Amino acid sequence: MNIVVLVKQVPDTWSERKLTDADHTLDRESADAVLDEINERAVEEALLLQEAHGGEVTVVAMGPGRATDAIRKALSMGADKAVHVSDESLHGSDVLTTAKVLAKAIGTVEGFDLVIAGNEATDGRAGAIPAILAELLGLPQVTQVRKLSVEGGVIKAERETDEGLAFIEANLPAVVSVTEKINEPRYPSFKGIMAAKKKPVSTLTVADLGLDAGEVGLGAAWSQVLEAAPKPPRSAGQRVEDSGDGGSKIAEYLVGQKLI
Amino acid sequence: MSEVLVLVDHVDGEVKKVTHELLSAARRLGEPAAVVVGSPGTAGKVKESLARYGAAKVYAVESDDAVNHLVTPKVDALATIAGTASPAAVLVSATVEGQEVAGRLAARLGSGLIYDLVDVDGDGVGTQSVFGGAFVVKSKVTTGVPVITVRPGGVEAEEAPGDAVEQSVELPAADPAKVTRVTGREPIVGGDRPELTEASVVVSGGRGVGSAESFAVVEKLADSLGAAVGASRAAVDSGYYPHQFQVGQTGKTVSPQLYIALGISGAIQHRAGMQTSKTIIAVNKDAEAPIFEIADFGVVGDLFTVAPQLTGEVDKRKG
Ligand SMILES: Cc1cc2nc3c(=O)[nH]c(=O)nc-3n(C[C@H](O)[C@H](O)[C@H](O)COP(=O)(O)OP(=O)(O)OC[C@H]3O[C@@H](n4cnc5c(N)ncnc54)[C@H](O)[C@@H]3O)c2cc1C
Ligand SMILES: Cc1cc2nc3c(=O)[nH]c(=O)nc-3n(C[C@H](O)[C@H](O)[C@H](O)COP(=O)(O)OP(=O)(O)OC[C@H]3O[C@@H](n4cnc5c(N)ncnc54)[C@H](O)[C@@H]3O)c2cc1C
Repeated sequence: MNIVVLVKQVPDTWSERKLTDADHTLDRESADAVLDEINERAVEEALLLQEAHGGEVTVVAMGPGRATDAIRKALSMGADKAVHVSDESLHGSDVLTTAKVLAKAIGTVEGFDLVIAGNEATDGRAGAIPAILAELLGLPQVTQVRKLSVEGGVIKAERETDEGLAFIEANLPAVVSVTEKINEPRYPSFKGIMAAKKKPVSTLTVADLGLDAGEVGLGAAWSQVLEAAPKPPRSAGQRVEDSGDGGSKIAEYLVGQKLI
Repeated sequence: MSEVLVLVDHVDGEVKKVTHELLSAARRLGEPAAVVVGSPGTAGKVKESLARYGAAKVYAVESDDAVNHLVTPKVDALATIAGTASPAAVLVSATVEGQEVAGRLAARLGSGLIYDLVDVDGDGVGTQSVFGGAFVVKSKVTTGVPVITVRPGGVEAEEAPGDAVEQSVELPAADPAKVTRVTGREPIVGGDRPELTEASVVVSGGRGVGSAESFAVVEKLADSLGAAVGASRAAVDSGYYPHQFQVGQTGKTVSPQLYIALGISGAIQHRAGMQTSKTIIAVNKDAEAPIFEIADFGVVGDLFTVAPQLTGEVDKRKG
């Protein structure tokens, strides 16, 4: 079974994340960049399926040059090869353009049975790329899943959303997105890290995918940010040591605020 | 006036609060038209509630496929109606499924998408609160019929009578190779507590609560306040409380009038999901816990003595 895993490099949630003053896009320079944690789980799920069914795992990422670090991490976990779409013109792409480019990049991987993504990226938080990919590729979406199995050309999964659980199934090929309950990702071994350095990564430009630079990026976005401003951080209020009346003190405070 | 399509969220014949909020937002942009996708008979059950919040029209898209197929019936329904009604905008709730529906719809219509808005004005300019409320962004769709998702609790629901004229719409035939079949559902049984994203008070417990059994302390305080219960990821990962109640970066974003954090350290990823709450109360036995940096009122103490005492005080005042 051949699997494509979509991985995104994102600003580390532990560092301060900003938008640039110049064009209100994500400031990718100021924060540490990491492979999004949810994508480690996507890679893990692909590797588990590969262990059970054989086949090849290809990592696909769209992002600036330094996204190679995220790609190497996925390869060191055990993925076989990678496609990296990297092009200056992609800067500022909206969610629809991102999906369009990823669909083209997935199209360069021959004979895939599954595309596995994270359910939501920690920076853009659209939670929509996998569904849009299903739309563009004309495939079923098996998304927001916390458990899955594949047998005889059919994928079965448990989907968890605000409404509760849904038991879903679809024919392969399909687009999957996983939630953080799906598995615990493995740590890359020393051997894995060494092996990853030699695994093939093909770097593609927008033109390589048959797209025009004018069709992507900030200028081609179908939505526009008009303004962006940091919000002043919250400051600490009162703090008291409990000396047997902590609960009553909170109650007094809440009464003062007319909250109870 | 142009129609503004609102995708209706409903369970068991009841309209969710977020739909009333979307109908109220839709009135700023044009004439609200509610789109009900569900099993036969659903529109009849929810019509009155939609009329009360200003739905001039109710599109009834009813069939068995509408429930047995995942996401695509909603996209098909909205795309079909958008094709004939030329709406001024399409509004969908910024829930997990709403984001997927809106994304696919925008791709199919060739429209721009702005998502997870906490407000939208009459010109279609949306306000987003990003990076856990650290930045406020204003944005607008520039191409096609704007597809917009609004966060539950973002816009206030206001009653306004509407005619709710019903019109039925047929779903196009589905391609079996492209659909996902739903073979069963286990809806969340919320009990009597309000939904996490809709609640005006949230009481959350963290790893400090120590066990699933001890979460009763959190629940008791929540029930005395009529609050929803939340949990940190550490509490969820330790198996103290179910995943759907997780608050934070990768859980729910809440913005209630009052948020009470019990035994939560206040890691940046937890704060990302709750720091826009109006008033924050924290109880933690570590005086250095970062949660105190954003709490309006903090008690350094043991949650197992402080929380029950607070519960007692609240109950006493209710008389
Ligand atoms: C604060 C903020 C607000 C934004 N608001 C909007 C908006 O309102 N409208 C709009 O059109 N755009 C918006 N964007 C841009 C949008 O987030 C980006 O286009 C982004 O690349 C795609 O969305 P996402 O990362 O949120 O995807 P999600 O749908 O959340 O990602 C889910 C999964 O898709 C895969 N994936 C996503 N991107 C990539 C990638 N580049 N390479 C490989 N795999 C990937 C990953 O597996 C990921 O886990 C916003 C961006 C930011 C930072
Ligand atoms: C990509 C990513 C996404 C994440 N997403 C989320 C998310 O969505 N939500 C989330 O919450 N976290 C998230 N996290 C995890 C986050 O970093 C923290 O690990 C987590 O929030 C810690 O939970 P906690 O505060 O309950 O536990 P801890 O940090 O262990 O804190 C427990 C606290 O309880 C106090 N305590 C112990 N006993 C008592 C007592 N008897 N009385 C009073 N106080 C007591 C302790 O002093 C301590 O401060 C994410 C992390 C990453 C990397």
